[in-house]
Amino acid sequence: MDVLDLARWQFGITTVVHFFFVPFTISMAFLVAIMQSVWMRTKSERWLRLTKFFGKLLLINLAVGVVTGLVQEFQFGMNWSDFSRFVGDVFGAPLAMEALLAFYLESVFVGVWIFGWGRIPPKIHLTTIWVTAFGTLLSAYFILAANSFMQNPVGYEIDEAAGCAELTDIWAVLTNKVLLVTFPHTIFAAFMVGGGVVAAVAMWHLVRGARNPDDAAPGAPSDRGAFRTALRIGAVTVLIGGIGVAITGDTQGKVMTEVQPMKMASAEALYETAQPAPFSLFTVGTLDGSEALYSIEVPQLLSFLGTGSFDGQVEGINDLQAQYEELYGPGDYSPNIPVTYWTFRMMITMGGLAGLIALWQLWATRRGRVPASPWALRAAAVLPVLPLAGNAFGWIFTEMGRQPWLVFGLMRTESGISPSTSATTVFVSLAAFTVLYAGLTWLWVYLLLRHARPGLPDVTPTGGDAEPDQPDEADADKPLSFAY
Amino acid sequence: MESTTLWFLLIAVLWTGYLALEGFDFGVGLLTRRFARDDTERRVLINTIGPVWDGNEVWVITAVGATFAAFPEWYSTAWSAYYLPLLLILLALIGRGLAFEYRAKGDTDSWRRRWDLVIFVGSAVPAFVWGVILAGFVQGLPLDARHDFVGGWADLVTPYTLLGGVVTLALALLHGTHYVALKTVGDIRVRARRLAGRLAVPVGVVLAAFLAWTLLRDDTPSRLAAAGALVTVAAVAAGATAIARGREGWAFVATFAAVAGTAVTLFAALFPDVLPSTLDAANGLTTANASSSDYTLTVMTWVAVPFVPAVLIYQSWVYWMFRKRIGVQHIP
Repeated sequence: MDVLDLARWQFGITTVVHFFFVPFTISMAFLVAIMQSVWMRTKSERWLRLTKFFGKLLLINLAVGVVTGLVQEFQFGMNWSDFSRFVGDVFGAPLAMEALLAFYLESVFVGVWIFGWGRIPPKIHLTTIWVTAFGTLLSAYFILAANSFMQNPVGYEIDEAAGCAELTDIWAVLTNKVLLVTFPHTIFAAFMVGGGVVAAVAMWHLVRGARNPDDAAPGAPSDRGAFRTALRIGAVTVLIGGIGVAITGDTQGKVMTEVQPMKMASAEALYETAQPAPFSLFTVGTLDGSEALYSIEVPQLLSFLGTGSFDGQVEGINDLQAQYEELYGPGDYSPNIPVTYWTFRMMITMGGLAGLIALWQLWATRRGRVPASPWALRAAAVLPVLPLAGNAFGWIFTEMGRQPWLVFGLMRTESGISPSTSATTVFVSLAAFTVLYAGLTWLWVYLLLRHARPGLPDVTPTGGDAEPDQPDEADADKPLSFAY
Repeated sequence: MESTTLWFLLIAVLWTGYLALEGFDFGVGLLTRRFARDDTERRVLINTIGPVWDGNEVWVITAVGATFAAFPEWYSTAWSAYYLPLLLILLALIGRGLAFEYRAKGDTDSWRRRWDLVIFVGSAVPAFVWGVILAGFVQGLPLDARHDFVGGWADLVTPYTLLGGVVTLALALLHGTHYVALKTVGDIRVRARRLAGRLAVPVGVVLAAFLAWTLLRDDTPSRLAAAGALVTVAAVAAGATAIARGREGWAFVATFAAVAGTAVTLFAALFPDVLPSTLDAANGLTTANASSSDYTLTVMTWVAVPFVPAVLIYQSWVYWMFRKRIGVQHIP
């Protein structure tokens, strides 16, 4: 493999793994903030226990999210220095804004939240988790602004003398129409992850409790009530997220058909322009434009997805290829078709299945019921994995679908690589990151399971909901309510 | 002021903030190895920085992000040239960040011992390598006409840059020791004071040697760089006096000033270059030829002017919030 392949693999691996943690953090921060708010309002211990329980899962996840995010900011310069030179004037601005406006908020206030239990006034403590949650949203916005520029460059001019893009309109970059649909799509998808985790963990505890009432921990009856509430909150979150993802995904498809028609044609492996165009649910074949062996098609659906009309015209790969050759010169302008075709379908399937499980969970817990079948445990095991995989497939689709462009229409992927870096260097770092990321993903799963398995934590009497310490108090030597 | 000069200044400020803030939490990480006598003492040390280390680390993310936005050529050239040293830093910071959060989440001794080692190595490696890189900016690198690095390891790791690494490591250790003396009670506090007293002279000597070398590299060293060097050496001496008198707060302020003085010397010696070329002066990067367009710098200035002070205010508030000293009796 040459430098280009190695650098692409490295970017792919580090980014996809980073994006396991990001949606988890975004949604869980909000869910925990909501739980803590309800506790503040109702003073019901159940909500405090839920806050602490899911708060711990949030922190296990946040730690990996933060450290893998560091790599992202560095590798543009390390592996993609010509890209950084070319777009730095435009692309650097949202990255710097992310650090200054959002990342400080998250990192500073989550520290206060972690250590603030029992040490700072409860209302301020509650505010810190909300600020953290808000910071994660803002982070997502700026990072997606940078990414959307690569999908659909706006607000720039090419400086021919310097050979690079120059920012002319920051507002255009921050209101890029791709950004405006990608942001809600990504956030709704993130909520499916957090909701899925909450619903799955709660259901696992409920099923276990229902099947073995004897080995339930002390205080189990209130655990049951609390977990039932958590299950329903999680399931509703997955459903709302799912509906939001579907609506925004539909809009995004139409925007993409407009700005990157090749990506949408590749999503269907549509070689010849069609009007109306069908959408295939499943295809057995090579997807290389020759006849497919077997395919299930829904007539006119692609037309509707792409254009909003059931008999709209959708351009095919061959026509687009001809157009691009005329515009940009000879070359292959289509992405890897099997990858785009299948990741697009996997994304939708994963999200859809998660939504169905959530719907079933609500049904199974109606009017005080608690599911106890082995199928409920199996559903709990797969529920968080589905939206996580859906998120990953979605990103692989959107990034692979942009190929061969790094910045659509402006810079090809092979031109963005660092010219001075050797294949050995990139290989060493790819190997190091792959091993490290495999290790930390394993550790992440291990710790999540380990801390999800015990029931809700005990919060009385020194569990941390006490009034804040006064520095001059007589009990100045009393242990911290939270310490690493 | 030229907007490029303003942004050079701002990036210098961000690096200073990073070295001064994460500097002491690296120092605390270094102390967890020999200084801490048992697991409880180690936990006291870790908890003195528990609420703040993550916020400290954001300073480097902002410094790097600001460099990308304001001087994309500097970011691109330097980051591809320092590829492997940066890889070491990333691996160290990843491990370290996980270690703080995960150390307490297992319950065997071997689990904790492994994470303790990660905290130590994860603090030592970046504290050293950042110094090598910053000194490397002053020293310059072999760059071709496209500003691409054309050298090898021997250009990145030289006696001067190695000394730069020793300097940031030594400063972090002294700064962290002052911080521990300031933030703890009991035996740890007493021992931290004693250790700080013993470290002051060797750290002062290493610093003085490095700063003198930095000044002597230039035929006409800038007055600002010389002033930074003087402040640094005076601050280390003042810190030693303060800690000997039991004034830990002032000792901490003194090493803060020493870090700032070192950063002033380095960045003043660098300006107006950002990364000179050792092959041909014309190939070097300066604030003028590495910078973004005026428009981008203006936009970024409008963002930085309200938000850098805002960050300083809320981050200071956090330090105030967690101002209480802790000791072994506070560890649950």
